Amino acid sequence: MAETGRLVRAHAPLMSPVTLLRVAIILGALALWEFLAHSGWLYRDVVPSLPAIGRALYGLLASPDFWFNLGVTAGEIGVALAIGSLAGLALGLLLGVNRFLSRAYEPYLYYLGPTPKIIFFPIMIMWFGVGVESKIALGALSCFFPVVLSVAAGMRAIDKVLVRVGKSFRASPWQMAMKIYLPAMRHPVINGVRLGLGFALIGTLLAETKLSNKGVGFLIIQAYSTFDMPRMYAMLIVLFVLAIGANALVGRLGGLDSIKRT
Amino acid sequence: MTAVAPAKPSTFGRFAPAAMGFGTLIVMLLAAEALIRAGWISQYIVPPPSEIAGSFGRLFLEEHIVRRFFYTAGECLTAGVMLTVFGIGIGVLMHRFKLLQQACETWVAALASAPFVLMYPLFMVIFGRNAWTIIMMGFISALPPVILKTIEGISGTRKVLVNVGRSFSLTATQQFWKILFPAALPTIFVGIRLGLIFALINIVGTEFLINYGGLGQLIEDLAERYDLAGTYAAICFVILVSVLFFMALERAERWLRPVD
Repeated sequence: MAETGRLVRAHAPLMSPVTLLRVAIILGALALWEFLAHSGWLYRDVVPSLPAIGRALYGLLASPDFWFNLGVTAGEIGVALAIGSLAGLALGLLLGVNRFLSRAYEPYLYYLGPTPKIIFFPIMIMWFGVGVESKIALGALSCFFPVVLSVAAGMRAIDKVLVRVGKSFRASPWQMAMKIYLPAMRHPVINGVRLGLGFALIGTLLAETKLSNKGVGFLIIQAYSTFDMPRMYAMLIVLFVLAIGANALVGRLGGLDSIKRT
Repeated sequence: MTAVAPAKPSTFGRFAPAAMGFGTLIVMLLAAEALIRAGWISQYIVPPPSEIAGSFGRLFLEEHIVRRFFYTAGECLTAGVMLTVFGIGIGVLMHRFKLLQQACETWVAALASAPFVLMYPLFMVIFGRNAWTIIMMGFISALPPVILKTIEGISGTRKVLVNVGRSFSLTATQQFWKILFPAALPTIFVGIRLGLIFALINIVGTEFLINYGGLGQLIEDLAERYDLAGTYAAICFVILVSVLFFMALERAERWLRPVD
């Protein structure tokens, strides 16, 4: 007779099928990589072995030179993001609040947004010189367009009721901006800054690879010049982790993931 | 009681903003010309706009800009075909196998924000300093939006359409080609449009960075020769091409999605 009235503990699997598949994909990719590294099908060192990349990664992270250059790049990106975002925010607010100005100037910004910004680098060098200033300028230019377009669109999407409430309290333009517009458009602003961060990062680093004597972009092109492939892979891994991490962090700080859940 | 139709904006009201925008552009160019001619802005940093306009003829006759344009367009086309085939293929595969989609969709979304273009030195080592490096840079960086939009488009097919297919006892292949794919096509095209824009940006950028190919290389060449007016004119030409490409893609998207 079957036992009744007794709870049988169900054994939950250690890993869900999704996690298992993810682990299998990662292990499969690593095994394939290692096989390619030792197969001799590709030129030597084009696909270095995983231990070689691991050693290069360790060497990179233990090197003060890398941290100095990472600091230089981070500083350039930070300043570029601040300049591009503030300019984008100011102009975005103006275009968002005034329909006439928006129709006059926004099409230019909209169509200039997707152009490749790196082609402006020769101009930036002529205007700002070969130092960090030209990298910051290119980063700021890259960052400006997504911020201004996102802020202007966010401004227009504000609930009209909130604006009427502000007006019924006879709020001044400054009060309207600080108490109605900016809080109501927190998410579009953060989204614009998040996009801007990605573009500023790419613009600054590409400018460093083109012409510089410091920064992570310079280190990458130096590794290319000396054919130090494990080091180049290590730097790309660090950069990808930092870029994706920074993107996710800005999104989380701005509460963007809470929007997706609701 | 009759409904009152909303008042149509006057001709002035319709064209005034565009005129204001265009007018501002002209005024800025005239101001730049005057300031440069007066010596307030160094013409060794910014050439007068009239000189830039004058150098366009030279770009066509001496620098063969049309041939370079077609070279870049060919790279974009190759990258576009590749990303359409592989992007849609991977997207369909991920939709077909739900476990694969659950495991990998967040990875693809994360890769959409990854700075792929920084891998150009690596691609130069793998493919050499040739068109394939440029095409692969365009392809890789443009792939995530096509995959994500393909999954979104197929997943968003209306249930009633899928049920109609089932009621006709369609096979899985027929269900895909006759129901899912046509229904998802407008959304997939949004992904292809985004992908093509990313591809163009990265292709011209990589041409400039590795000094090889069409329009990007022309800018780098002219800048290295310190041909200021030519550099500015070539940049203006690339901007014009990008804008026209962007507008053409938007028009194609509207044609595919006539009703929002």
